[in-house]
Amino acid sequence: MHDNGHTEHHHEESFISKYIFSLDHKTIGKQFLIYGLIMFFLGGGLALLFRWKLAYPEKPLPIIGVSQQYMDDGEVVTGADRMWERIYESEKEEWIEVNMPAGVMTDAFYNMLFTMHATIMVFFVVVPILVGAFGNFLIPLMIGTRDMAFPVLNMLSFWLAVLAAVLMTVGFFVPGGHAAAGWTGYAPLSADPQWTGVGWGQNLWAISLLIQGFSSLVGSINYITTVINMRAPGMTFFRMPLVIWSLFIVAILLLLAFPVLSSALALLIFDRLAGTTFFTATAEGGGDPLLWQHLFWFFGHPEVYILILPGMGIASELIPVFSRKPIFGYRSMVYAMIAIAFLGWIVWGHHMFQSGMRDDLGSIFMTTTILIAVPSAIKTFNWLGTMFRGSIRFTTPMLHGIAFVSMFVIGGLSGIYMANTPVDIYIHDTYFIVAHIHYVVFGGSLFAIFGGIIFWFPKMYGRYMNDVLSKIHFWLTFIAFNCTFFPMHILGVGGHRRRISNPMAEAVEIITQEQSFEDMNIFITMSAFTLGFAQLILVFNFFWSMYKGKVAEQNPWQVNTLEWEAPTPVPHGNFGQIPTVYRGPYEYSVPGEESDWIPQAQPEHAPATSGD
Amino acid sequence: MLHWLPDNVSTFGQGVDNLFHAIYWLTLVVFILVIGTLIVFLIKYRHQEGKKAHYIEGSTTLEIIWTAVTTVIVFVLAMLSYPQWNKIKSPTQFPENPDVVVQVSGKQFNWDMTYPGPDNEFGTDDDLELENELHVPVNAVVHIRLTSEDVIHSFFVPQLRLKQDALPNRFINVWFEAEKAGRYEIPCAELCGFGHSEMRGYLNVHAQTDYDAWVQERWPQ
Repeated sequence: MHDNGHTEHHHEESFISKYIFSLDHKTIGKQFLIYGLIMFFLGGGLALLFRWKLAYPEKPLPIIGVSQQYMDDGEVVTGADRMWERIYESEKEEWIEVNMPAGVMTDAFYNMLFTMHATIMVFFVVVPILVGAFGNFLIPLMIGTRDMAFPVLNMLSFWLAVLAAVLMTVGFFVPGGHAAAGWTGYAPLSADPQWTGVGWGQNLWAISLLIQGFSSLVGSINYITTVINMRAPGMTFFRMPLVIWSLFIVAILLLLAFPVLSSALALLIFDRLAGTTFFTATAEGGGDPLLWQHLFWFFGHPEVYILILPGMGIASELIPVFSRKPIFGYRSMVYAMIAIAFLGWIVWGHHMFQSGMRDDLGSIFMTTTILIAVPSAIKTFNWLGTMFRGSIRFTTPMLHGIAFVSMFVIGGLSGIYMANTPVDIYIHDTYFIVAHIHYVVFGGSLFAIFGGIIFWFPKMYGRYMNDVLSKIHFWLTFIAFNCTFFPMHILGVGGHRRRISNPMAEAVEIITQEQSFEDMNIFITMSAFTLGFAQLILVFNFFWSMYKGKVAEQNPWQVNTLEWEAPTPVPHGNFGQIPTVYRGPYEYSVPGEESDWIPQAQPEHAPATSGD
Repeated sequence: MLHWLPDNVSTFGQGVDNLFHAIYWLTLVVFILVIGTLIVFLIKYRHQEGKKAHYIEGSTTLEIIWTAVTTVIVFVLAMLSYPQWNKIKSPTQFPENPDVVVQVSGKQFNWDMTYPGPDNEFGTDDDLELENELHVPVNAVVHIRLTSEDVIHSFFVPQLRLKQDALPNRFINVWFEAEKAGRYEIPCAELCGFGHSEMRGYLNVHAQTDYDAWVQERWPQ
């Protein structure tokens, strides 16, 4: 709650200090956003590659692969055929020849693709965008301060993340290929190159995640310090917008969870490079493969909530603004998030029901896991309560907010199946879990991200994103998303295992009814390609609107929170004078008021606090 | 959706399926109620000229009600699940005196089945090793000593509603009793390397007389 007092800026900033090695939280936030969007394309592209394999396991990829004629009688028809002729003639073993001979990817390459798809999406897309981009951009603006507590650490956090991304990308081109032991990297598969043939790929995977861990750690210390110490006068904890609460809680989770992963990764690197046996068991003794799983999931479950809580926070901003109503049950929303964060620490064993962990631990972890249904239900009902008797504006950010709630409902309900130990025996490691994770992380977090980008874009770049393109993107994404991931539940019930490269060989004998995994997989792949191409619209719109979008006024959506008090574009130091906060963040449609919104910093009205 | 479940052939599988059905109906009803309410709200409370939103900050009564109701539902579900889980996975509740004991060992990318032979002891001369083929009699209690020689694999028989990871250097016991003769797949359910997709064995459940004939053939007396 101090005024840092550098309102005036005398020095002209160079291009490099302004846009590259910037100390300004807003620039760093935008850097994280663009970083996340680039990685989003890499991660999504990998998914489309392996979706092709799942639909057509034996067919060459379009464009890159050889033509049917070439396959049948060696007749060169397309440019790709000529390319493959050249590759076959050359002495050198080309990268593409090793991984997808003639355009048909190998099983080893397929394993690498899904491993890297998940790794990139979790560690290089969702966390950097939700925490890195929104966290950086929003925290100082919404609590009313000039910058983060430690601007240099903040910059360090971003550039460490860049280093991690570069190392992670290099891994694709090292001999032996990239990590192929799943994003969960279960030992001993990940711990000893002899089981996969992957050498430096897996090492780089571990080293890159270690660095990404440091980046998150540095960022989280910054967020926690900033939120605790630098709130504007009058901005009590219970007057903070819920998105700030969610980012604050997530920062605490990151601070405590990432060191656990880092230590596990360090041990894994020792196992691989120094000959230790922390995660491998031999007859002579040594460690235990289950140790890796315990460490990984002790980090991994809080990580799942790191992925979803900021999404909940963003939805909790969008829904009241566009319903023109206070959030329903502000305090219970805060307590529910704290409860979810706390429960996140005592549920990791539900990933390990079938792992060989003691059976009675299964019952204990089931009990803690299903308890999460309670705060999740509270949040869902409160979002519904917020819309109840509101005045709902169907803006594109609001559509994303509504999509977030409805997809989160599906993702939450499908979680009950897996939390239930006996049912989990059957659906564990099937496509059911693939459907579940995508409903939570794509249906949840990504819809919130899209909504958040469109909502705060006017504050970030001073312009609106094109609304027609945004709406087309929304509807295409919403429909294609459900067509892609909902059928996966059904595949899972049918016994379709996850992480297999050839579903056609699957279940030929186990399925007695007339059911075709093949048709459904082809349908899913077509939907996934639609989903992927729909994202091109978003990215085009993003960059186009940055320069050509309609110029936005200072507070285009008529929002109460402090970020909209700052002029657009927001200058270095954010506010002319630090605003004073007089009320909670969701004072919409207060009875007896002329306007249907009262900004937090507006002094002349008698304080109608909802907070404390 | 549920008709996609392969037919159950184990004694404990029906318990799993019952819970599966119960959760299916529970989640379906909740889904319809929540999404139905959402849609009604979206239509009814859409922005209309001259109509202002109502200022409602929340309701403690409602918060208490939905917290309590959800808590009760999930605990009832948990109570119903504990016994099923223990029946399948708790070694203290396994039926004693199994009719058949087999050691199953995962190895990139096969299941090795080892029968102890007439002396009922592993590691003796009359052991029989089979690759990917498991033979058991119908309506008999089978104990499996599950292990792995390299990485983690997972022993999955969809029709038995049974899945258990196999860990190197550790023996994990599982049991089942199949009620219907037939040939069922044993795919590996845990990523185990580039051959994971194709790793599968077969469980052959024989009528007792056929099984006896098979035993007679292997260990002539």
